[in-house]
Amino acid sequence: MTAALHATTPKSDDKTDARVVRRRLGPGRRIRFAFWIGPLLALAVWSVGSATGVIKPAILSAPWDVAVAFEDQWSNHDLPGNILSSLERAVIGLTLGVVTGAVLAVISGLSRAGESVIDGPIQIKRSVPTLAIIPLFIAWFGIGQEMKIVTIALISLVPIYIHTHNGLRGIDGKYAELAETIGISRGDFIRHVVLPGALPGFLLGMRFAVTSALLGLVVVEQYNAVAGIGHMITLAEQYGQTDVIVVGLVIYGVFGYCADSAVRLTARKVLAWRQTLEG
Amino acid sequence: MATDTRGLSTEQAVRVRNLHRSFTKDGGVLNGLDLDIAPGEFVALIGRSGTGKSTLLRALAGLDRDVDGYGQITVPGAVSVVFQDSRLLPWKRVLDNVIFGLRGADARERGAQALAEVGLAGRERAWPHQLSGGEQQRAALARSLVREPQLLLADEPFGALDALTRIRMHALLRKLCETHRPAVLLVTHDVDEAIVLADRVILLDAGVVDTDVRVDLANRSRSDAGFAALRTLLLDRLGVDEEGRR
Repeated sequence: MTAALHATTPKSDDKTDARVVRRRLGPGRRIRFAFWIGPLLALAVWSVGSATGVIKPAILSAPWDVAVAFEDQWSNHDLPGNILSSLERAVIGLTLGVVTGAVLAVISGLSRAGESVIDGPIQIKRSVPTLAIIPLFIAWFGIGQEMKIVTIALISLVPIYIHTHNGLRGIDGKYAELAETIGISRGDFIRHVVLPGALPGFLLGMRFAVTSALLGLVVVEQYNAVAGIGHMITLAEQYGQTDVIVVGLVIYGVFGYCADSAVRLTARKVLAWRQTLEG
Repeated sequence: MATDTRGLSTEQAVRVRNLHRSFTKDGGVLNGLDLDIAPGEFVALIGRSGTGKSTLLRALAGLDRDVDGYGQITVPGAVSVVFQDSRLLPWKRVLDNVIFGLRGADARERGAQALAEVGLAGRERAWPHQLSGGEQQRAALARSLVREPQLLLADEPFGALDALTRIRMHALLRKLCETHRPAVLLVTHDVDEAIVLADRVILLDAGVVDTDVRVDLANRSRSDAGFAALRTLLLDRLGVDEEGRR
């Protein structure tokens, strides 16, 4: 061996940092409260528009008038009851739709027989707008709560099915092979491989399902509702109260926004194992 | 569809007779292969690309449902497979990956012990993507060994690792095999790796066993004369010389 070993040079105290850094191509670090910046900006534009008279009250009530109308509805017209009534419809319908959609997706994703029975009808159903089926549902279920829940369930089932099925089929076949060599049961395979692997797809479907459910809610509440946000809006329409209509719209918006952020937050927590640009 | 006679072996760990496998109509990948592996014996399987190494390993693992062929295969009841990629489930922490599918109240304890054995004590709660390639492969080894296999099938398990990590993994695998004594069939394309690790080296060519040599070396260092002679013999059978010329 003729290689010479060099002694390490003594450490210097120089802290000059002259690194060369590449331009970042990913989205970079998270901004705090980033979620609220867009909505607050929209609110600011609305306020400025109303204050300067660019937005006429007949077109859109000013934010402060809406706040007053909100207060009035809350204390004099049972707004909390309306909100609860709407939430109940949305939650029951959504739960039914999500559970059915996920179960159908797993059956059709894992068995060829299931796929041939389930996938076709759902794809056909997907191309028929749910809102166009409402007259039929009224004939079948009447104009009560049942029809409303079935419509909401059906409208939220489709995105859950599509995205869960897609996520499930996207699972690397190597993991199925590994599970075969380990010799686990089909039930354990579904629990430990299929469901966690399809979870990212399911959660994406969930985001669509939540907004679809609200869309369904808005429409079904126009039919013979005696309580609910839609009922409040229908009444306000008859009396020409745009401020009350806006109260209803804002509540729908807040519903959707909160539900969507809840799903995204859940996704961040349960998908901690992923290493993606989401960060 | 493979129409083998499969059974559980008694005196030999692995017994293969007249094994045929083909992916196309005109040519077979395995053409009447015979192979015996004794309990606790470490066999390395080498051969050029496309000579049926992986096909044989997948046949022994029972992973070739959709491949045409026939023959007789007997393997032990407990078989574990190590793949070239670690195949750790990305959504399970390392320890949960090791004990995946394992039953019994002491599963976690045994899993932690297996992790310690491969030098990953303390990494039980890590996600697979937080481990280096070598660490992932060690976790995969722990997942195989915690099942106490009588036969360990390894398909180029170190193929994707860097040279230094690979040398460390060789030492680890030898140590583990001496402790647990499973029969091993290791598929590799690295002749040196085969000689360093195995009790016997088998060279496949055209779907049958071409060369079957016992590695009887007191000293498995690459500078040993016996090592060099064996390497020359095997490289010659593979159709290349030391400089890589055909």
